[in-house]
Formats: sequence, C-alpha cells, structure tokens
Amino acid sequence: MKTIIYIVQKEFLQISRNKFLSRAIILIPIIQMLVLVYAATFEMKNIKICFVDQDKSTSSVSLIEKFSASPFFKIEGLTDNIEEAKEKIARNEADVVCLIPPKFSHDLTTLKSANIQILLNSINASTAQLSLGYCNAVIMSFSGEIIPHQVMVGNIPPSIAVRTRHWYNPDLNYKIYMAPGILVILVTVIGWLMAGMNLVSEKETGTIEQLNVTPIKKYEFILGKLIPFLIIGLIDLAFGMAIAHFLFKMPIEGSLLTLFVFAAIYLVAVLGIGLLISTVSNTQQQVLFVSFFFVMVFILMSGLFTAVENMPGWGQKLDLINPAAYFIRVIRMVLLKGSGFADISKELISISVYAVIINALAIWRYRKTV
Amino acid sequence: MNRFSAFIIKEFRHLLRDFRTVIIIFGIPVIQLILFGYVINTDLKNVRIAILDLSHDEISTALTNKLLSSGYFKLDNEIQSESQIEPLFRKGKIKEVVVFEKDFGKNFLRTSNANLQIITDASDPNTASLLENYTQNIVLDFVKKSSEPNASLPITVEHRMFYNENLSSANMFVPGTIALILMLISALMTSVSITREKENRTMEVLLVSPLRPIQIILGKVIPYLLLAFIDALVIVGVGYFVFGVPVRGSVVLLFSICLLFILLALSIGITISTIARTQQVAMLISLAGLMLPTILLSGFIFPIENMPKILQWVSVLMPPRWFLLALKDVMLKGVGITYIWKEILIMLIMLATFIMISVKKFKIRLE
Repeated sequence: MKTIIYIVQKEFLQISRNKFLSRAIILIPIIQMLVLVYAATFEMKNIKICFVDQDKSTSSVSLIEKFSASPFFKIEGLTDNIEEAKEKIARNEADVVCLIPPKFSHDLTTLKSANIQILLNSINASTAQLSLGYCNAVIMSFSGEIIPHQVMVGNIPPSIAVRTRHWYNPDLNYKIYMAPGILVILVTVIGWLMAGMNLVSEKETGTIEQLNVTPIKKYEFILGKLIPFLIIGLIDLAFGMAIAHFLFKMPIEGSLLTLFVFAAIYLVAVLGIGLLISTVSNTQQQVLFVSFFFVMVFILMSGLFTAVENMPGWGQKLDLINPAAYFIRVIRMVLLKGSGFADISKELISISVYAVIINALAIWRYRKTV
Repeated sequence: MNRFSAFIIKEFRHLLRDFRTVIIIFGIPVIQLILFGYVINTDLKNVRIAILDLSHDEISTALTNKLLSSGYFKLDNEIQSESQIEPLFRKGKIKEVVVFEKDFGKNFLRTSNANLQIITDASDPNTASLLENYTQNIVLDFVKKSSEPNASLPITVEHRMFYNENLSSANMFVPGTIALILMLISALMTSVSITREKENRTMEVLLVSPLRPIQIILGKVIPYLLLAFIDALVIVGVGYFVFGVPVRGSVVLLFSICLLFILLALSIGITISTIARTQQVAMLISLAGLMLPTILLSGFIFPIENMPKILQWVSVLMPPRWFLLALKDVMLKGVGITYIWKEILIMLIMLATFIMISVKKFKIRLE
C-alpha cells in the first residue's frame, strides 16, 4: 500500500512540474465545453427558404408570413421563377424551395384542396428530413387556421386534437443533450491519452528500467499509474460539469454520487485501455496512432450524436465492448432524467466487469523484464 | 536525380515498415466507411414506445395498430396509468408514449373532437421532434381515411429531395472521409515524420548530404502525396461502387481538387514541422489544430449554418471547409468550375501562404 502512495506522489510531482500537461488539464475542459458544445449541433434554425410565389394572392402571402414568423426559417428570396430558385439551391444560397402554384388560392376556395411543392437540398439527409418536418408543421398549422373560414357543408368530419409534451427538455434545446456527451469525450480523451503517453514516455526516456529494478510489484505499478489520472479525470469532469451547468443551464436531475461512482469505474476502464496500449507500444507515436484509431471508432459508435438503437444488431453487439457507449447512456440518464442506481444497475455491472478485465490484462501484459 | 529517387525509395520503406502506420493509412478509411455506411444511422425505425389507452375501444385500437404497423414504432409496453411513464423513461426503455383519453372513440365519432397526447423523451431533442412528426402524420392520415375524402386537410404538400433522392447518408460521409483522411496523411503524418528526423538528429545527416534542402523536403513529401492520392481514389471508388455515391461532375475536376487539397495539407504539415521541435508538439498541433476542426468545423458532420457566428468565422479559416464545399458540389451536384472558382481560389491563396511561411521558417543550419 505504501509503495502505491509513493508512486502516486511521484506522478503528481511530475505532472505539476510539466508545464504543458498542467496547463492542458485546465485548458482542455474549458475549450472543449466552449467549442464542442456549440459546434456539435444538429439544432435546426435559420433554414434558408426561398419562395416561388406564382399565385401572389392573400392566401399565399399569409402563408409566407407564417413561415417568416417561425424561428426555424429565414427567408432567402421571393421570386416567381422556379429556375431561379433551383439555381439558389445549386449555389447553396437556399436549403429549401417552397413552390406555391398559380391557382393556389383559387383551388383553396373553390376545390377546398390545393397543392404546395417543397424542394429540398438533401445532401445532408437528416437535416433535409428535419427541414421537411418543420415545413409540414407550418403548413399544417396554416391549413388549420383557414378551415374555419370555409363553409362546411353537412356533417362536421371527425378530427383528433393532438397535443405534444416533450419531457425533460421542453424547448428541445440541443445543447442540453450534447453537453453530457461532450463531458464523456472530455474525460475519455484526457484519461486515455495521459495514461497511454505517460507509461510509454518512461520507456522512451529509459526511466522505466529504473522502476523495473525496484521491488515494486506489477499491480502496484499499474495502480500507482492509474490513481493520479483517475483523480485528475474526476476533477476535470466536475469542472466541465460546472461550466455546462452555469453556461448552458444543463440540468443535474439525478444524484451526483451515482454519476461520480459510475464515472470513477468508467475512468478505471478507460485508463486501463490506455495503459494496455502503452505496454504493447514502444514510442509515443505508436500510442497516438493506435489510440486515434480506437478513440475515433469508440466515439462514433457511442451514440454521441446518433442513437445506438438505430444501429444494426451487430453494431449494437459491438458496442458491448465500447465503454464510451455505456457512459454516454448513463450520464444522459442521470443528468437529464434523474435516473438512480436501480435504473443504471445493468450498465454499472457491465462497466465494472469491463474495468476489472482490462486492468488485469494491462497488469499481465506489463513486463518488468527488458 | 538518381540520388533523389533513392531517397524517395528510402522514405517509402521507412513509411511502410511500421504496421501501425499502414493501419492508419488504409485501416482508418475502410473502418470509417464501414461505420458510417452500416453502423451509424439516423433513420428511425422500430423505436420503442408505450401506449396508454384509457379508452380501449375500436377506434383507439385501430389507431394503435396503424401506429405499430408503420415500421417506425415497436410496442414496448401497454401501460395502465400515467404514473408508469416516468420509471420507463428513466430506465431509458422507451422514447415516446401515446395517450388516448377516456372515451376517445366516442368523442371521435360523436363530438368529432377526440384528444390524443404524445409524450416524448426529449432528452434527445431531435429524435423527439422526429417522433412527434411521424406520429402526427400517421394520426392525420388516419383521420383523413376515416372521413370523407374531400373533407381532408385543405393543403397537400408534395416534396422533392434534390441531389439525394434516397436520403442516403453516404453522400455526407464519403466526402467527409476523404477530407479527414487526406488531412491525416498529408498534414499529421508528414509533420510528425519530418519532426522525427529533427528529434533523432538524423536531419543533420540529411542536410550535410549532397541532396539540396528542397529535395529533402520533396522526398519526404512525395510518398505521402502518393499514398493520400491512392486513398482518395479508393474512397471515391468504394463510395461509388458500394454506397452508390454518384460522381456527377467531371472526374478530372474532382481529382484536381483532391490534388490541390493534398498539396495544401502537405504545406500545412511542413509548416508545422518547421515550428515544432518535438514529435509530441507536432502531433498535438496537428490533432488540436487540424483533425478536430476537420471533423467539427468543416461541415463534415455538423452543419456550419447552425453554429454561433464566432465559430462560423473560425470555420472560414479552415481549409477542409472549402475543400468539402467544392468536393460535394462537383460530386453530388455535378456543377462545373464556374460554381466553385471561389473555393478553389481560397485554397490556392492558403497554399501560397503556407508555402511562403515554411520557406521562411525552414532552417538549414543547426541551432
């Protein structure tokens, strides 16, 4: 036990001496929370819409007004020439073109049925779908408003009033969804790279041989390397959470104890992976390349910005060995929905087993011989 | 010339000797295409929902069946009271609850005003708003079909998706992967490899050799240029044959843009290597200053228009942003050079700037 404390002390001393590292520990959370949360957004606003109004009636004008009142749309042009509007899409000046045909208001009053065409730039399929959804919502509410003006003959047709309640995030604020995910990226990248780089840099400078000839046991060595980065990771998590809470009003619904217990076990697992990669590599460059590869795959598959449920079955199976997927799920549940230990018990057991296996592997792979 | 080619051969061997480098060069594009192509999916299907039916009549059952047969939803649970919703959301088992009011069917037929409630787990806001949309559309369709055809909602909306009728996500990730890989090979690996020669003091050996400094740099750079170009070809090919990503514009123009971007990335890599003293610094500058912006601020995954103004301004300085714009225009829209001259000009200016900086900073003397 005493040996471990000495190694931990030594590591902290080294980190505090290293100007670059100690700055990175403070600056990385700030930059990540500020840049990533703002940059990583699928939030749709200011969809650039161009109208082709071939009708020029009061109905078509009030429909356009309806669009301009919506926070999601920004009107980027009004023309009566469809080719001009298509050109705007080609030049990326408009995302959506709304075509109101010549007899629109005439059809509305006489036939009680009119047609509108929406043309979308769908290179980005998901934003195109969302844009179409917002267009539909505006047009639907517009048609709802004009129904009373029409004379209904005979029976009133049946209808259903649909009310929607969005729980946990009534304003559909994307930052609240993204911030917990970014916190996971934060602790993952910091923990992983620090642990990975640290051990291999001892190899590169040759100081590892001095450690190897001491009577330190293998598990003591790995634990001694693990604990300092675990503490730093948790501090950075708290720091990042504070920024997110005060800056983006990210809610903290659940208990912090639940979150930090899970975070600690998660970090042990991630640090274990870093140390494992480090024990099988000889240079920092190798560690970096291998880590880059795995971190990229883990983050892309973690459900950070696309739901894990949408992945094919084998993809979801692969996610069983992706620690980030567990933590992303849990941190969102605890912070946004207030889930407790009972709700996350399955994830908690999985990540604990994961942490034990990975660290056992790291201890086993670490060779004290040259 | 003989010396020069010998030097290039040496560089190639150096490069391909470490299997980890080969993994990076050929593994990352392949894995990334597989992940984006088959694993990462924004289409919603079989989303687990719960139904709270306080009415249990013919109409509510018919509408429930219609919702469940749409393919978007899968029934997880039929619940009996509103208090059961919260635990299900907290466990993360379901994403939406559809609530039918008491006497739903009766109200629907008699008073023609039935109430339906959609409750979503909006901790994932975009999924929530898509789910709401799908549910609304199904309900609307249900109402339409159960009433007279001409009493339907007065306005019908037709839509057409331009450039990507099938809404395939491949049209986003194939160009994005090209940008990321070209940046990775041309800027990150080049800067690290030149700095390594500095760090290991082998740069001195090269400088005293009969090779001229310009030849040393060119020799360092040419292997990466070739590999990056091969990768671009492979990715465009896989995109075309496997994911059906079209190349609507001129192929020559497409690869000229790729070549221009590779040269630009290489010049950035050389500039970094003239500044950085150690490999670690070179890596960190490349990762933080190049890879992250390539993923985040280029429009690869997240649309730039939705970002705050400051980040939009920062993204103007990011070479991959302009490359991606030009690349997507040529590949997917099939436009000619007249539409993308601005992007090309910006990249040319950036290229000239970086070459000037690196020529100025390159030291042929020892420090």
